Amino acid sequence: MSAASAVRPPRDPDAAGGWYWDPRAERMSVDELRDVQTRRLQATLRQAMEHVPFYGARFREAGVTAADLDCPGAIADLPFTVKTDLRDNYPFGMFAVAREEVVRVHASSGTTGNPTVVGYTRDDVHIWSELIARTLAAGGLGPGDLLQNAYGYGLFTGGLGLHYGAELLGCTVLPISGGQTERQVKLMRDFNATGIACTPSYALYLAEAARDRGLAPDDLPVRVGYHGAEPWSNEMRVQIEAGLGIDALDIYGLSEMGGPGVAYECLCKNGMHVNEDHYLVEIVDPDTLAPLPEGAVGELVFTTLSRRAQPLIRYRTRDLCSLIYEPCACGRTSARMTKPVGRSDDMLIIRGVNVFPSQIEEVLMSLPDIEPHYQIVVDRKGHLDVVEVWIEVAEEIFPETMGGLERFERGVAKRIYEVLGIQVKVSLKEPRTIKRSEGKAVRVIDKRKLN
Amino acid sequence: MKVTQLTVFLENRSGRLAEVADLLGREGINIRGFSTTEAAEYGIVRLIVTDAEKGRDLLQGAGFTTHFSQVICVKVPDEPGGLARVLDELAAADVSIDYLYSISFQNICFAVRDIDRAIELLKDKVTLMTDDEVRAL
Repeated sequence: MSAASAVRPPRDPDAAGGWYWDPRAERMSVDELRDVQTRRLQATLRQAMEHVPFYGARFREAGVTAADLDCPGAIADLPFTVKTDLRDNYPFGMFAVAREEVVRVHASSGTTGNPTVVGYTRDDVHIWSELIARTLAAGGLGPGDLLQNAYGYGLFTGGLGLHYGAELLGCTVLPISGGQTERQVKLMRDFNATGIACTPSYALYLAEAARDRGLAPDDLPVRVGYHGAEPWSNEMRVQIEAGLGIDALDIYGLSEMGGPGVAYECLCKNGMHVNEDHYLVEIVDPDTLAPLPEGAVGELVFTTLSRRAQPLIRYRTRDLCSLIYEPCACGRTSARMTKPVGRSDDMLIIRGVNVFPSQIEEVLMSLPDIEPHYQIVVDRKGHLDVVEVWIEVAEEIFPETMGGLERFERGVAKRIYEVLGIQVKVSLKEPRTIKRSEGKAVRVIDKRKLN
Repeated sequence: MKVTQLTVFLENRSGRLAEVADLLGREGINIRGFSTTEAAEYGIVRLIVTDAEKGRDLLQGAGFTTHFSQVICVKVPDEPGGLARVLDELAAADVSIDYLYSISFQNICFAVRDIDRAIELLKDKVTLMTDDEVRAL
């Protein structure tokens, strides 16, 4: 695929939108872009139809024939793919190539049931790195810079995704992974890290940790941050930028699409550039699934255009946002997506971990002899998401002693941690204190102000 | 010789305990003794009342979580060492006590956050006791 073969202009650190890793691809004309998309889409659809039994059957059911795939605009008639399709085809049923051709697999947290698996061929890994290189360059990072990569390494795509892209770009990578804040601050200074990659909440936490050690933003060498994996607001951007003395950029991706590298902000900070030559983007009405026009808020839907191991057709991200097609001041021609404003399902993102209220409910329902009334209250205290699970104390679960009540609270919190990997505070409430609307309990109260 | 105790789960909100007492009082149920234990956000009230069944029905009807348990009530001689004799008897036999409280209901002891204000509010309505008076009981 298109390695950054075109002649690269000299890097200009003062450029408004960072610099271009692959200027030919990033600035191609809209006509040229649509040609590339059409060509790659046809190849992708054919690959999916012929090599993924799931898509073969899905297309047949929808009455889509091979000939239809070549029509421009064919995409609008194709069925959508959803997360459960990936789960149903666990582990490798969505692969379009032989397992031997897959050089890497990542998997979602998969807290209940099967995780969602994502496979990559060697080419897929390379293109992923290319897209991350674009992402990092758009923030001004390049050869000679040192990127402190505080995303988690492992099955999560953030760590290794940023890592390979930064190496391709010519950065020195510090694969420090998440946590160990003391060491993060020390190595950032000792190694002269100029870029940081981590979740936005961790960036704020780092800023606070530095301040607690008497360090001013000017004492920190870092000048740009790449923050994704959880939704964050522009107010939070202001706080991160002031706290660390950096430009804080939003990056967007999801493991099903291969991870980070789907869309990224340039230094103009005016929407995230979608790598449209590799991902076909649509916004649809989450209820009717009808395509929506430019500027309308709806559900973000992607079709992979170059992924060989695991093409996904019209994948519903459940993220709600809108698209901007107006050219960006940076000179990139791609459409930009706004920060997601919410979800079309009830998924919560708690400190970077995806949590569905139904998963908490499953834990509660698995407790002996009870059918508790509960409510999940999410708030952001300081810089961290805090989750309280309120449970009404029914007579069946009333242990009658304080020790018993406290043991009950701890037991529920421990079970939730074991299953979901998030720390919650369990709060016991009197019956009927949890508000019901029209008889139906309101299960989630999210007090975090994101926009 | 077992006595039925009524236990109620209460969130720490002001007025909640008063509601329990009101509810029972209105229906002619007399509280013979009680104790409260509390954590940061909720507490447990244990009550010995003149009609435990009716009391439980009333509280359940008002949406409280309740529990019945069996306890032992003991007359303790009002003299130094009176309580110790009862406790020694159980300790010697290795019977551990989950909790105990006094049910001499004529005199009760409150802990409140604003003690001066509470005294101001109560002093004309009930008989408050001085330190000396309590010790002379």
